[in-house]
Amino acid sequence: MKTWRRFARPSTAELVARQKDKTAESELFFRRALFALFAVFLGLLAVAGRLVYLQVLNHERFTLLADGNRIRLQPLPPTRGFIFDRNGVLLADNLASYHLEITREQAKDLDATLAELRQRIELTDADIERFRKLARRAPPYTGVPLRFRLTDEEIARLAIDLYRLPGVDIKADLTRRYPLGSLGVHAIGYVGRIDETEMSKLDPGQYSGSTHIGKTGVERSYEDVLRGRTGWRQVETNADGRPLRVLSRTPPTPGQNVYLSIDIRLQAVAEKVLEGYNGAIVAIDPRNGEILALASQPVYDPNPFVNGIDFASYRVLNTSKDKPLLNRALRGMYPPGSTIKPLMALAGLEYGVVNRHSGVFCPGFYRLPGSSHRFRDWKRGGHGSVGMDRAIAQSCDVYFYSLALNLGIDRMHEFLDRFSMGRPTGVDLPGEKGAVLPSDEWKRKTQKQPWFAGDSLSAGIGQGYFLATPLQLAHATAVISQQGKNFKPRVLQATEHPGTRVKTVEAPRPLPPVTVKNPRFWDTVIAGMIHVVEGGTAHKIGVGAKYRIAGKTGTAQVFTLGQSERYNAKRLAKHLLDHALFVAFAPVEEPRIAVAVIAEHGGGGSATAAPLARKVMDAWLLNRYDDSVTARMQAAEDDPPRGD
Amino acid sequence: METDGKPLSAWLGSLLPAADRVEEVDGKFLKLLYLDPLLLLGLLAVSGLGLMMLYSAGQRDLGLVIGQAIRLGLGFTVMLTLAQLPPRYFRFWSPWIYLMGVALLLAVMVVGDISKGAQRWLNLGVVRFQPSEIMKLAVPMTVAWFFADKPLPPRWGHLLGGALVTAIPFALIAEQPDLGTALVVGCAGAFALFLAGLSWWLLLGLAGALGAVIPLFWIYVMHDYQRQRVLTFLNPESDPLGAGYHIIQSKIAIGSGGVYGKGWLNGTQSHLDFLPEGSTDFIFAAFSEEFGLIGACLLLILYFFIIARGLYMASRAPDTYTRLLAGSLILIFFLYAFVNSGMVSGLLPVVGLPLPLFSYGGTSLVTLMAGFGILMSIYTHRRTPTR
Repeated sequence: MKTWRRFARPSTAELVARQKDKTAESELFFRRALFALFAVFLGLLAVAGRLVYLQVLNHERFTLLADGNRIRLQPLPPTRGFIFDRNGVLLADNLASYHLEITREQAKDLDATLAELRQRIELTDADIERFRKLARRAPPYTGVPLRFRLTDEEIARLAIDLYRLPGVDIKADLTRRYPLGSLGVHAIGYVGRIDETEMSKLDPGQYSGSTHIGKTGVERSYEDVLRGRTGWRQVETNADGRPLRVLSRTPPTPGQNVYLSIDIRLQAVAEKVLEGYNGAIVAIDPRNGEILALASQPVYDPNPFVNGIDFASYRVLNTSKDKPLLNRALRGMYPPGSTIKPLMALAGLEYGVVNRHSGVFCPGFYRLPGSSHRFRDWKRGGHGSVGMDRAIAQSCDVYFYSLALNLGIDRMHEFLDRFSMGRPTGVDLPGEKGAVLPSDEWKRKTQKQPWFAGDSLSAGIGQGYFLATPLQLAHATAVISQQGKNFKPRVLQATEHPGTRVKTVEAPRPLPPVTVKNPRFWDTVIAGMIHVVEGGTAHKIGVGAKYRIAGKTGTAQVFTLGQSERYNAKRLAKHLLDHALFVAFAPVEEPRIAVAVIAEHGGGGSATAAPLARKVMDAWLLNRYDDSVTARMQAAEDDPPRGD
Repeated sequence: METDGKPLSAWLGSLLPAADRVEEVDGKFLKLLYLDPLLLLGLLAVSGLGLMMLYSAGQRDLGLVIGQAIRLGLGFTVMLTLAQLPPRYFRFWSPWIYLMGVALLLAVMVVGDISKGAQRWLNLGVVRFQPSEIMKLAVPMTVAWFFADKPLPPRWGHLLGGALVTAIPFALIAEQPDLGTALVVGCAGAFALFLAGLSWWLLLGLAGALGAVIPLFWIYVMHDYQRQRVLTFLNPESDPLGAGYHIIQSKIAIGSGGVYGKGWLNGTQSHLDFLPEGSTDFIFAAFSEEFGLIGACLLLILYFFIIARGLYMASRAPDTYTRLLAGSLILIFFLYAFVNSGMVSGLLPVVGLPLPLFSYGGTSLVTLMAGFGILMSIYTHRRTPTR
């Protein structure tokens, strides 16, 4: 107890009295040293306890944090599938190209780096503006592209100084290429950089690492097929985010190659014959719905769109009054005019409004009972007494005024709807319009007016409110040629695994067939269509044909003539000229092609549109292709670098 | 505790005969060099581990390891040299070294070089050095010198004298500002005062007063931004990319090491540069990452062994001067080890003290080894009084 007391309370007074007591002082120091040793022990024990807390109790949490520090997932974008035509002609591939990118975190001074680069290669303000825009939403430690398609010379110039420019990298990538340029652009479409609205809708996992997406055409509708699946690799990075080694890898699945039903030679013919007009030609194989050509004029070159077309060029395309970017085949809505008459005739037969033999007298105009308004026939003198066959062959309007009035809008609507009039055909291309098949209900809804009998007359000859797309017309013609057998139009013929090259052929996509009470109704209408070409309004194209054609001309009014005015093509401005239309299928005995042609402001269907259709059918049925086009395709084929 | 009338030291000493016996059996050669074999063994073990760790933490840079080995060699040479001197020389020179040190500190204030925002260096043309380093030795020497002839436990007046000897260099160094060194110098004096027998009541009183002043200081004196800085000190997670980054990464390094560690050269935090200062102040984190709880505890045990041996050697010293000096020196060593490992593991706020004999870097290493030289001298010359 004595010792404890001394330990606890050094007796100052006692020690002072004794002056320096060596033994006591030594004892005092020893006790203090012992206490210090105890404190040291406690201190180090506290550290050891802390280590247990960190390394044992929280080990898993800190392991996760350490891995989170060092392990990054890097997406491996897949290679996009190629696009071929039905004969294996290459329409879209990937070209190995080099672009310049900057990782901002590694570049010490971004502005200085940009200035340095400007001295070595050409950098436009647009490049830098785009770079800054992309940089704003790029995740940290990722390269942001600055310049695309570096030339070999530029690469060489940059490569020398690359070590002095931290964060600047030359990256190889694959750029989409359309070797045939504008040929078939409205069907093929193009890819472009993913924009912000698309970004918000996309699966971030699948698209991280991808920069491009199909924007229109097949590139867009078969995006999922062409794209493939993104792969991943786990990389270990240091604190600067620089990847050091690969820990694991899930390879990407390359996209499938796509074979279109389009024959690019036929496409070339269709585009060529239509040159000089704005308009569209759609050719369908009626036996299965395969689209053989889908031409829309004017065309444009898709290649500049791939890495972002410059603003000035885009404005020219976008504001041109010819609207080259508009896909007229799917989205152009035209009054079908007389090309609708075979369907009207069929409807009339189906509902018993007319029969094969019943006739109408045509004085050159038609008056509704109790009205003085004259609905004119295109032939001023009239056709005299006409039956159905002649009414179709000569395109007698009065016959169809009468038929439409008796049929009524409800039945007309019901019947034409079966041919996909007024609604999209469901083609495998984006943006298809349904156009307008008018009805009482439709008019009340959109025009806030009831349906008048006069509206039925206009609709009966494909005028008035009636609008159709070239694709709808081609589709309806195909259905007629097959006597009701109905297939959804499509451009995809087959897909192909890029590695094994195993092709999967697409089956036809049947639609509910159009059935009529008496199958002979079909023969009646088709006979009329044959007589259009053989002695009818389009008799000129029948001359010298090596196969029999069934067709129907159409001339759609762009503006309405006054009651006493006469249509005079020579005196009218071009933009007021009638649209020229023609629909046809051939050969009559065993139809293999159905065509719809629309030449805007082309004048008359028989004079302008029908010859174009004949050329397309000749090409397809007689293998008559344009040599200059096949030469161009050959040249593109020989152009070597095809990135695989 | 009943010791049958024998002095406590003698009673405890009889429990530790092994140490003396080792010294007598194989200490012949080392005795000739005035070195203590057990302490030397401890120092060499820690230095060796340190070099091995440095090779890993320094990204296998052999140049770095050789540089540190040269510094260690220099340190051990200083230790060996000082061990040869009888302690009476230290006692004689104590006040003069101290005065020279204070003069140099004043000189630094006037003409010192500024580096990293603090005025610490004195440029002597050929070499730059920090006079504050001298004070780490001069303060305990002088406090010990001051109490050498005075009766212990110290009287009030003597206590004030000892406190003043400590406070002057502490204030000058804190002014530079170099809080780490100021802490070491201040603690060196405080350790000497404590070992001299500073009253427990006074210690408790001082602790109580400090505890009372801090809240007042917090409320009335500190600015908002200063409070914020202290809060970040206490909770580094609140500023993960700024002040807290070091300590967060350090904790991740230690924690991810687990019980067995990731293995030598396999630490990810240090090798991938996530751990800042991985070969200097934060080398303990790198070590704990690679060698785990087992390795880190082994290192702590080694430190404890050195400190325990040092305290034992101090308690065997013949008189007041040598006892106080030896005790303070070994406790400074502890201070370094404790503050560094505590800081790195997030137990203590961030204070820039290196892990002794382990961290890469020079000045404090030489000072520490000089301290061990004095300690060796005191122990091996214990038959010769200092006066």
